[in-house]
Amino acid sequence: MRVWKYGDDVNTDMLFPGKYTYTCSTPDEIIPHLLEDLDPEFATKARPGDVIMAGENFGCGSSREQPTVGLKAIGIEAVIAKSFARIFYRSAINQGLILIECPRAVDAYREGDTVEVDPERGIITVGSQEFKFPKLPPEILAIRDAGGLLERVRARLKERGRIDGKS
Amino acid sequence: MGQTFAQKVLANKSGQETVEIGEIVTVRPDHLLTHDNTAAIIAKIEDELTTYGIADRELPVIVIDHVVPASNEKTASNHKRIREFVKQHGIVNFYDAGEGICHQVVVAKGHALPGMLIVGSDSHTCTYGAVGAFATGIDRTEAASIMLTGETWLKVPHSIKISLRGHLTPPVSAKDLILQIIGDVGASGANYLSVEFHGDVANLSIEDRLTIANMGVEMGAKNTVFPVDDVTRSFLSRMVKKDWQSIWADEDAPYLKSLDYDLSRIEPVVALPHRVDNVVRISEVERTPIDQFLIGTCTNGRLSDLQVAANVLKGKHVNKWSRLLVLPASRDIMLAAAADGTLETLIEAGATILPPGCGPCLGAHQGVLAPGERCLSTANRNFKGRMGCRDAEIYLASPATVAASAISGVITDPRQVME
Repeated sequence: MRVWKYGDDVNTDMLFPGKYTYTCSTPDEIIPHLLEDLDPEFATKARPGDVIMAGENFGCGSSREQPTVGLKAIGIEAVIAKSFARIFYRSAINQGLILIECPRAVDAYREGDTVEVDPERGIITVGSQEFKFPKLPPEILAIRDAGGLLERVRARLKERGRIDGKS
Repeated sequence: MGQTFAQKVLANKSGQETVEIGEIVTVRPDHLLTHDNTAAIIAKIEDELTTYGIADRELPVIVIDHVVPASNEKTASNHKRIREFVKQHGIVNFYDAGEGICHQVVVAKGHALPGMLIVGSDSHTCTYGAVGAFATGIDRTEAASIMLTGETWLKVPHSIKISLRGHLTPPVSAKDLILQIIGDVGASGANYLSVEFHGDVANLSIEDRLTIANMGVEMGAKNTVFPVDDVTRSFLSRMVKKDWQSIWADEDAPYLKSLDYDLSRIEPVVALPHRVDNVVRISEVERTPIDQFLIGTCTNGRLSDLQVAANVLKGKHVNKWSRLLVLPASRDIMLAAAADGTLETLIEAGATILPPGCGPCLGAHQGVLAPGERCLSTANRNFKGRMGCRDAEIYLASPATVAASAISGVITDPRQVME
């Protein structure tokens, strides 16, 4: 397990350059360019179970979803930050990617510390210290737990068998 | 306790009398904006579209604008797929490549109205707050979900109130004002928040309001909104036949914070690389050499922006070692600028006119920068790599500042060349 540590205001162009937005949409297309302009090592060296720790306003900028799709696909267990930009936060829920807002855990982290996340109990362990984080509201957890927004919508459509609406 | 604009719209769109701040509500948006990313959105739900169809064929507004005309086979195929989808499902509101930038088209064609809830798979969807709509950005996955269901969830945000007083002093513009606000508030200063503008907004044109609302997301805002007044009514009466009802906050609505701006004190400012909130007075960066100048985008590609630039550049020429790119935000704007001589003035001054669309702003094609180059742009973002090259620098400013600087080839205070 590796911890990838970044600073404040990591924006969506750093997470996935805009020039690829209309040519790369699938996880296989996205992963080689993840964090390309921020940390060229990330795309080749990140492994399932790794964690990202960052400062304030992680994911600010564009509504492009390649960052959340890519981080989920590459197997990032959680992104722990002091705060997240809102479109990125919603997008992570939609992809089933775990984001945790916990400034104290980010401040406590020192290079070499192990970081463990227990989303069920709402606890992050950084080295020997434990930090609690608040659970998401049930409506939102239901989306993440279904495996993402579209999985949830598919299940609901099947139940309903049709769509409410005009056409 | 009174209610904020956000509370009132979200109560209305979730079919409730009132909603509390912090409450999660299920809402039915009036419109869903998607653009070139429509191709990726429908690719996620091909089977469901076949089985269930779309929720409402009047819900989507689709505008092909990001990479136009298509730059390669992949983007061309995406555009083709979107056209097929539009035909197959009878999508009512479709604008093909060349019509203009989605955020200009949605407003100019009357799709954004006061009191509406509009979501879009583009972060600058917040632009429509200029005409009193609650408008906010979402990702592609959520857009796909809304295509199928017609609904989504939103958390009722806290609000902040920005009160404006007095007049801007030309050539100081709305762009200088919003850059100043973002510099003060910071890139996350309005994160998750609804930003309401109050006070002497009557002194700002619809174009000014569009520029300001457009950049709300650069301080993290969920939405940015102006009250509906005579300026809005006169603008809307020219193209909208439908009835609409405006919604506005109560006098005693609760605000997380309040900010006041005296418009007469705003000066020309520049956002330095690579942060939109890295805002300084122009005097601190005057004489910085610039390779490429850009006037256009969903922030500043409107007729008045082009006219201001033409006014500055009339009878002058772009510096020999620089280039100036101009992108009208829509075909209608391009036509108007052609009719009144604005385009002719700009072309004579050495500008290259690009087709209406997003162009160089996102670095996917047209006007990409080389390593070590600097661009002074009227766009809304200056992130590292934004214009296609991680080793280039982007500075943001108003159309007047960009035009004045294009003559000298270095960052120049527009007050030096304009009366």
